Amino acid sequence: MIRPAQIQDRSPVGEFFSAIAVEARWIISDTFIMTWRNLLRYRRSPELLLFSTLSPIMFIFLFNYVFGGAIPTGDLNYIDFLMPGILVQTTLFSATTSGVGLAEDLQKGMVDRYRSLPMARSAVLGGRVSAETIVSLFVACLMLAVGYILGMRLHGGFWPGFALPFMVAGFAFGFSWVSALVGASVRNPESAGSMMFFVVFPLTFLSSAFVPIESMPGWLQPFTKINPITNAVDLGRSLSQGGPIVEDAVITALWTLGMTFVIGSVAVWRYRKV
Amino acid sequence: MDFAIDVRNISKSYGDVVALGNVDLQVRSGSVMGLLGPNGAGKTTLVRILTTLLRPSSGSATVLGYDVVRHARHLRSVIGLAGQSAAVDDLLTGRENIQMAGRLYHMPRKQVQKRAQELLEQFDLVDAADRSVKGYSGGMRRRLDLAASLVANPPMIFLDEPTTGLDPRSRLDLWEVIRNLVSEGTTVLLTTQYLEEADQLADEITVIDIGKVIAQGTAADLKHQAGSEFIVITVREAEEAKRAAAVLEKFADNDECEINEEDRTASIMVQDGASIMVQVVRSLDAEGIVVANMAVRQPTLDDVFLALTGRTAEEAATESEPTEN
Repeated sequence: MIRPAQIQDRSPVGEFFSAIAVEARWIISDTFIMTWRNLLRYRRSPELLLFSTLSPIMFIFLFNYVFGGAIPTGDLNYIDFLMPGILVQTTLFSATTSGVGLAEDLQKGMVDRYRSLPMARSAVLGGRVSAETIVSLFVACLMLAVGYILGMRLHGGFWPGFALPFMVAGFAFGFSWVSALVGASVRNPESAGSMMFFVVFPLTFLSSAFVPIESMPGWLQPFTKINPITNAVDLGRSLSQGGPIVEDAVITALWTLGMTFVIGSVAVWRYRKV
Repeated sequence: MDFAIDVRNISKSYGDVVALGNVDLQVRSGSVMGLLGPNGAGKTTLVRILTTLLRPSSGSATVLGYDVVRHARHLRSVIGLAGQSAAVDDLLTGRENIQMAGRLYHMPRKQVQKRAQELLEQFDLVDAADRSVKGYSGGMRRRLDLAASLVANPPMIFLDEPTTGLDPRSRLDLWEVIRNLVSEGTTVLLTTQYLEEADQLADEITVIDIGKVIAQGTAADLKHQAGSEFIVITVREAEEAKRAAAVLEKFADNDECEINEEDRTASIMVQDGASIMVQVVRSLDAEGIVVANMAVRQPTLDDVFLALTGRTAEEAATESEPTEN
């Protein structure tokens, strides 16, 4: 459908607001289409999902049965201690797909097609990030089920436990923008993939995800304490096992919003400049 | 609005590297403009500017009356682009690829479905329509890419090297598709490194080399600029070619005769082949040379390129290859 050819002359203010209205409608509908496209890819090649679920399952087994016995976690069973950490790590790894996929689209010339269409600029990234977040949510629920089979129980009540997968998926959503920025900047799927691996891997291990921070050497503890992944994991642990929520929730929310709006804006800007 | 495309003094540079220098280009509505040049000449840069993917460093350009910078968004809804690499999604089916493009042009869902079916039929993709694009051949991908870029019936379409890398048969198919488009009144800007392709499809040709327009006109104009026609004489025996050459030399514009012993031909450059032909034949006959075949050959665009740049298109392409990304 061709839009009317005439360009309406509006006052600059009217122009501005009508542009915003049109923009908002386009962002939503275009993001929806791009999310659908990215999810369809998972349905077409489910093996993509296999990789993001098998390795966390291996981690669960490795930590629970191999290392777990040697890690003192106070009153908590190790599997109860471990699962929130696994959930956060898994969804963060899953979020790195946003950047890899974006870099792939850039390399294959898909993005030229998108950019020549009258679609919202942010929808290409937004669709990626939204799709990966939905996948993250799915993977988080799946891991919870695996954890349950291995003996993990939600001791913090039903609703906090129910909120847990949404919380980690939300955090992963924020982190997806970091991944998208890397993808839009390096434009090479392999580089984007390995770069993100070297971000997520140390960050999750230098957090409270697998061992209590108190067991780490003193010089390392300050870093692990300010690591936002520690806050996210501690929040997840409180949600599933009971405990103070507010402080970690506020910090995690701030990080998520910060990554979404600050890093997200930079990522969209980078993408426009490609 | 006489011109679908009106480019005024456009330049694009990356640091010290000038990709385009002061390019002017006008394309009449409903015509096919062929942008001809070797790899790295700046063809793609110009297409990217005109399709709003790239901002020019200086100068201005309008497409269908829209400024490529100020009215970029409006412009995008009235153009289609089929780029160098077929921009189709491997994991989606052919139909889904077209439908997605339609949805992103903000066409109503019903209309998108109808249009997708039309295009699949038109581009001979019906059988493969609901298969994943992963299994498509190169030619099918190009056709699908082109179909997706036509989903909104854009009055202006950009084809960036549409047949590069295709086998001859797929190339002919795609030419047919492009000719049909043009007959429906779509304005086409087509880039190509193939001189033959420009000759076949374009009403007008712009020759571009190292970011500059070096010639513009119809294929016939350009051939005329290259100067001359060729008289090509084929003799029976290879040894006779030299004797024929001695006779022909006198008629040649530049007093030179090119001999090809393998083909048993001798050829000369002349202004008006037909009128000289009779004299040529008489002179050959007087020398007792038996002529197997004679022809007046129009210059090809290869000759044109050679005349304009002092090198063949192929040489130019090899020279500038490293700069092409």
